[in-house]
Amino acid sequence: MDFALTNEQREIQALAREFAESEIAPHAGDWDREHRFPREVFAKLGELGLMGVCVPEELAGAGADFVSYVLVLEELSRADAGVGVTVAVHTSAATLPIVTFGTEEQKQLFVPPLARGEVLGAFALTEPGSGSDAGSLRTTAVREGDGWRISGTKQWCTNGSHASTFVVFARTDPGTEGARGVSAFLLDADHVEVTREEEKLGLHSSSTADLRLDGALVPFDRLLHEERKGFAVAMATLDGGRIGIAAQAVGIAQAALDTASAYAVEREQFGSRIADFQAIRFKLADMATEIAAARQLTLRAAWLKQAGLPHGAEGAMAKLFASRVAVRTSQEAIQVLGGYGYTREFPAERFYRDAKITEIYEGTSEIQRIVIARQLLRGL
Amino acid sequence: MKIAVCVKQVPDATVHKRLDPSTHRLDRSGEGALNPTDLNAVEEALRLRDAHGGEVAILSLGPERAMDSLRKALAMGADRAVLVSDAAAAGSDLVATSHALATALGREEPDLVLFGQQSSDADGAVLWAAVADRLRRPMVSQVAELTIEGGTLTGKRQTEFGYDVISAPLPAVVAVSDAINEPRYPSLKGIMGAKSKPQETVSLADAGIEADRVGEAGSKTTVRAVAPPPAKSDQVKLEDDGSAAEKIVEYLAEKRLI
Ligand SMILES: Cc1cc2nc3c(=O)[nH]c(=O)nc-3n(C[C@H](O)[C@H](O)[C@H](O)COP(=O)(O)OP(=O)(O)OC[C@H]3O[C@@H](n4cnc5c(N)ncnc54)[C@H](O)[C@@H]3O)c2cc1C
Ligand SMILES: Cc1cc2nc3c(=O)[nH]c(=O)nc-3n(C[C@H](O)[C@H](O)[C@H](O)COP(=O)(O)OP(=O)(O)OC[C@H]3O[C@@H](n4cnc5c(N)ncnc54)[C@H](O)[C@@H]3O)c2cc1C
Repeated sequence: MDFALTNEQREIQALAREFAESEIAPHAGDWDREHRFPREVFAKLGELGLMGVCVPEELAGAGADFVSYVLVLEELSRADAGVGVTVAVHTSAATLPIVTFGTEEQKQLFVPPLARGEVLGAFALTEPGSGSDAGSLRTTAVREGDGWRISGTKQWCTNGSHASTFVVFARTDPGTEGARGVSAFLLDADHVEVTREEEKLGLHSSSTADLRLDGALVPFDRLLHEERKGFAVAMATLDGGRIGIAAQAVGIAQAALDTASAYAVEREQFGSRIADFQAIRFKLADMATEIAAARQLTLRAAWLKQAGLPHGAEGAMAKLFASRVAVRTSQEAIQVLGGYGYTREFPAERFYRDAKITEIYEGTSEIQRIVIARQLLRGL
Repeated sequence: MKIAVCVKQVPDATVHKRLDPSTHRLDRSGEGALNPTDLNAVEEALRLRDAHGGEVAILSLGPERAMDSLRKALAMGADRAVLVSDAAAAGSDLVATSHALATALGREEPDLVLFGQQSSDADGAVLWAAVADRLRRPMVSQVAELTIEGGTLTGKRQTEFGYDVISAPLPAVVAVSDAINEPRYPSLKGIMGAKSKPQETVSLADAGIEADRVGEAGSKTTVRAVAPPPAKSDQVKLEDDGSAAEKIVEYLAEKRLI
């Protein structure tokens, strides 16, 4: 057994940390207050290769492994969870399914600009009436002439207002209800209409948009993978994507702990540093322990995926646990900061608002438990 | 043009620095990083290479793990790295370090040797002078702007009253300040590519350095004792209620400092 990162993984982590500390963290508070999507940051990340960390070199990616990718997501999310999710959805939800399921032509056409960060990618599965039960989606794709005519509405599409490439799921077989009638498509920005930017509790530096597909006609070669195999694309994508969200949660939790520790050694009450009160020390110790456990689960799931081993349940465990840790840790960080923690003067309340989403998207905590239990009870 | 950049691995800025009471040396067991102004030196070397052609070699004297930091320079774009590492070199002071580097540079015969102005751990800001002296090369320090034309370099450095503009013929030694440029981030491609660039770790013998001129044997200084600086006593904290300036003057006068 070997817990050490490789030199390359450490160097990539160091690069992401250095970039995040100097180019992202100092602005995260403003972006949050102004609800600003920092488009320029993604161009810079792209130049460094951080928009396609685990995308093969032949497709203009950096060609690093999935563990490196997860380390990058933790560092970016530690600085700004909104930037973290933008990169996570762009990479693992939009780019990787094309790498995995695309034809040679699709890969050559779509992946290089995504991997270089010249354009952003999005993943549109959720609809107003279908969330956890994604297989019940109602967007339709109907054969017409030389292609498919796609109609419907999509909800809460991360990067929706800024993306150029959309992985969109639609029902191609109206006769088959549920997951088996669904296919995946690759759409351009002019195939979709952004109808609304969502107002959210947190993640204000990220875009979450509602989309309308108003009978967009796309050629046959925009079908991703086989007809009626769309749900397999979605599930494989989310299996990996969850590990990225677990890393986002670890990053938020680490940021909360960093803030709480720094504050605890500065703040004095009753004539001593609050860090000298055992109640505070124990909080910090518990936070650090839980974060370490969450990080190990996350890295192990990433390692399994990289090794080509089953990682569905392990990824679900990592996300279930890490998201809980992010919520609890950021909540405790506010407690350590007392009244200051509740104000916008300190970032603890932002971490708390950002943390909550990690228990919801890419499968709620309840859905993760379903995945884990299904695996656990298989064959019994 | 052949450029050599001398760099040092220092404790990472986040590491709490501590002197080992038994060896009297800095405890270097924590995370290491490339000395900050050395990044400026590497950046300047890369820009000069890209403008004039040639190669950038990275040179350091240090423990074996210093190669981890040298690789960052390779990831930024330098062509190769040479680390002189030998148990017998441990404890080298300025005199010994400068001998080792000058000998190694003598073999490389670069047109230009770049240094960072100052290391963040020992803070000497002298090594480049000692090396230039041993090489009998002209030396310009604190350079905030560097140009090379023909066989001549021109360095500009800020002084209290304006700028010094100094020219010198190549080959020469230059120490750069952190004002000279903004070091680039290594790209992921650079990081992945650095693995396959030449990284040589050489012993003193390989580098042609006599062992008795480096390490403790070759050092002219002995550290006899180390002690933490005395606790800051005599501190006065003033809240500015409008009279702070007055109180500061009073305080300084009382201490007979003004
Ligand atoms: C900021 C943000 C960004 C998002 N980005 C994207 C994106 O890029 N692309 C995309 O396609 N979607 C995206 N989503 C949608 C997200 O994935 C869904 O919100 C999520 O899957 C949950 O679906 P839902 O909100 O409809 O909740 P529902 O499915 O309606 O769930 C409501 C509650 O019921 C529980 N529940 C549901 N089914 C069960 C069950 N079988 N057993 C027990 N409990 C159950 C859930 O756990 C939850 O607590 C985003 C959402 C947000 C808020
Ligand atoms: C393991 C070790 C043990 C030491 N033991 C002693 C000791 O016992 N007594 C003592 O007096 N000093 C000791 N030193 C300090 C050593 O002498 C100084 O580090 C050295 O003289 C350089 O001085 P400086 O760090 O102040 O560099 P500065 O003069 O501040 O450095 C200027 C520039 O010189 C270059 N440079 C510095 N060091 C190196 C290097 N090693 N290789 C390549 N380029 C370099 C960099 O470009 C740097 O920016 C030790 C150092 C080390 C690493």
